Amino acid sequence: MLTLDGITVDLGGFHLAADLTIPQGDRVAVIGPSGAGKSTLLGVIAGFTPHQGRLLWKDQRIDGARPGDRPVAVLFQDNNLFPHLTIARNVALGLRTKGRLTPDEQRTVTEALDRVGLSGFEDRKPAALSGGQQSRAALARLLIQAKPILLLDEPFSALGPALKDEMLDLVAEGADASGATVLMVTHDPGDALRLAGHTIVVSDCRAAPPIPTAALLEDPPPYLSAYLGRRRPLDEAAKTSG
Amino acid sequence: MRHLAGWSAAVLILALVFGTLGAVAWRADWSGGLGRADWLAIRFTLWQAFLSAALSVAFSVPIARALMRRQFPGRGLYVALLGAPFILPSIVAIFGLLTVFGRSGWVNDAFGAIGLPDISIYGLQGVVLAHVFFNLPLAVRFLLQGWQSIPVERFRLTESLNGSVWTLLERPMLVRVLPGAAAVIFLICLTSFAVALTLGGGPRATTVELAIYQAFRFDFDLGRVALLAVVQVVLCLGALSLAAAVPVGDGVGIGQDRALMRRDRHLLDWVWIGAGAVFLGAPLLAIALAGIGGLGDLPSVVWPAALRSIVVALTATVLSLGLAMALILWSNGARWIEALGALPLAASGLVMGAGLYLWLAPLAPPAALALPLTTIVNAAMVLPFAMRIMTPAYREIEAGYGRLADSLSLTSYARLRWLVLPRMRRPLGFCAGLAAALSIGDLGVIALFAGTEQATLPLAIYQLMGSYRMEGAAGAALILVALSFGLFWLFDRGGRIDADT
Repeated sequence: MLTLDGITVDLGGFHLAADLTIPQGDRVAVIGPSGAGKSTLLGVIAGFTPHQGRLLWKDQRIDGARPGDRPVAVLFQDNNLFPHLTIARNVALGLRTKGRLTPDEQRTVTEALDRVGLSGFEDRKPAALSGGQQSRAALARLLIQAKPILLLDEPFSALGPALKDEMLDLVAEGADASGATVLMVTHDPGDALRLAGHTIVVSDCRAAPPIPTAALLEDPPPYLSAYLGRRRPLDEAAKTSG
Repeated sequence: MRHLAGWSAAVLILALVFGTLGAVAWRADWSGGLGRADWLAIRFTLWQAFLSAALSVAFSVPIARALMRRQFPGRGLYVALLGAPFILPSIVAIFGLLTVFGRSGWVNDAFGAIGLPDISIYGLQGVVLAHVFFNLPLAVRFLLQGWQSIPVERFRLTESLNGSVWTLLERPMLVRVLPGAAAVIFLICLTSFAVALTLGGGPRATTVELAIYQAFRFDFDLGRVALLAVVQVVLCLGALSLAAAVPVGDGVGIGQDRALMRRDRHLLDWVWIGAGAVFLGAPLLAIALAGIGGLGDLPSVVWPAALRSIVVALTATVLSLGLAMALILWSNGARWIEALGALPLAASGLVMGAGLYLWLAPLAPPAALALPLTTIVNAAMVLPFAMRIMTPAYREIEAGYGRLADSLSLTSYARLRWLVLPRMRRPLGFCAGLAAALSIGDLGVIALFAGTEQATLPLAIYQLMGSYRMEGAAGAALILVALSFGLFWLFDRGGRIDADT
């Protein structure tokens, strides 16, 4: 269980408060207007944003730990791969940052690339890959880190709808296999429905506790329907999945 | 580890700048005070630096404007060659200037042929001429940057409004850029030593730096050395705070080649471009011509001196890049640590050398200290340039990939290996090239101590010129140019070659 207990962020004029818990293994979408603090919320959990209050994972405080020492792996909006390193090396950094890879670790890297459909791309640099392939490589690294919490900060927003769905399915698959807890920022209610059972709405300086996504979109509160406009995402999603 | 390296670098720099000053001051006899000659030196130093900065900046405006307005084959080469005087060893440039403007140089030959009186390159006009030769190109590059910072759309807008490009765009830009360029050049001329050593001298044309040299080398009068050292530091700090008060770009780091279709051209553009090419090109041509003639009969001192120079330059390069890296990694954006790296700008290389000598004199004879001291001082003098180029590069890396590296636990050595070093290759290569070229051409501290046995190549050239062996000096000068440009090219290219962006 991930607990945000009395968390407040004050970034000189920008405020965010969060008091909520996320059950272990749950997949949660984070949704809300631009600038409301969705990325800030993820930054608090990942350890990039200074804050007040307590952050607990399995009842242990983790807010004092450095980003790399937290039970957390992150996919950012961009810059998820080092452009000067090969794909294999980029993925391998999720396993080990010092010294040589053991043969076992080497095999794990190969398997991870295989799982996202990038076998044979080991020695290429990111620039030689398409946007979708780069996302998959970053995803391979995210999964190989084997952290119990995965944070996704709109990493697929630049991809087309079909590619994005494919990535979301890969995330879901990986999280199912490892039992990881997932938090994903998104603008698209369709993404929320596809990946996540629950949704956190961030608006008016506050991150609300997660509620079931389907119910939320069925009957959106006023601020959310204002944000979503006239669209009826549930119908659309029902059409695509049905 | 990061803190240890950072602290050591900081202590070393503080010791080099203030410790050496202290060592000189400690040994000094303060009873004398500043004499008449010292005041003359101060006045001359400020006056020549002011004239050099003013003239460089004044001439750079029409040349830079002409370059922005005109397209011609070889324009890229022209702009690239503007970067050459910065890494051209000063003694070599002086040799070229002497060949063109000297007593029996090209200009005086031509003047004599048509019955005009001789001009002299010694004294104030010579010092200023040489400084303008070095700094005019730097000023032009500063201005080109300023011009390029004006978006093309604004030129089009001005044109469509029928407004004046000069009053609406160019004059405001110059008001913004010129003070910074002038301040940097003023600072450079304040501390330049080799030019004053060769073209200055005497009561009417002695700079503070030259007076320090004479007081140490000829009189071993530590009292005057200390006094003058303090004067020099005060002058430099004054100029440095002046430079800090105005915005400064960096004219050294970028190759500029972007032109714009301009309608407001003037035929005088070609005159300015041509005049600039002749003024900057003639001495370079003179070096090449005389040098090729001199290569056949090289004095035996040249090769060992060249070897010593290479060793000094490479060691100083490693040292200064190491210092810069240690400071940058340690600073984490803290401005005062970055400012520490700029501190050597305010110091006199000669004072550093003299102070280090006083510390180390009990341990070794002066001859044995000459090369190590030169190396250390060279490293310190290059440090501000290295910091200036590497700091923004490092900030950019951290801004782009810092969070990713944090989330992957890339710390200390792993971060350096997988993130910082590979992404810093280009600026590192460029800095290494700059450091190597600047230190191989340096004629400063080495002149304080060395005899023929420890002479570096620039000093050997100076000694050959002093004994009127011009042929030998010419050949040696050409070799020094080749070494300096060669090292720069090698390092700079090493940083670029399959560096992935």
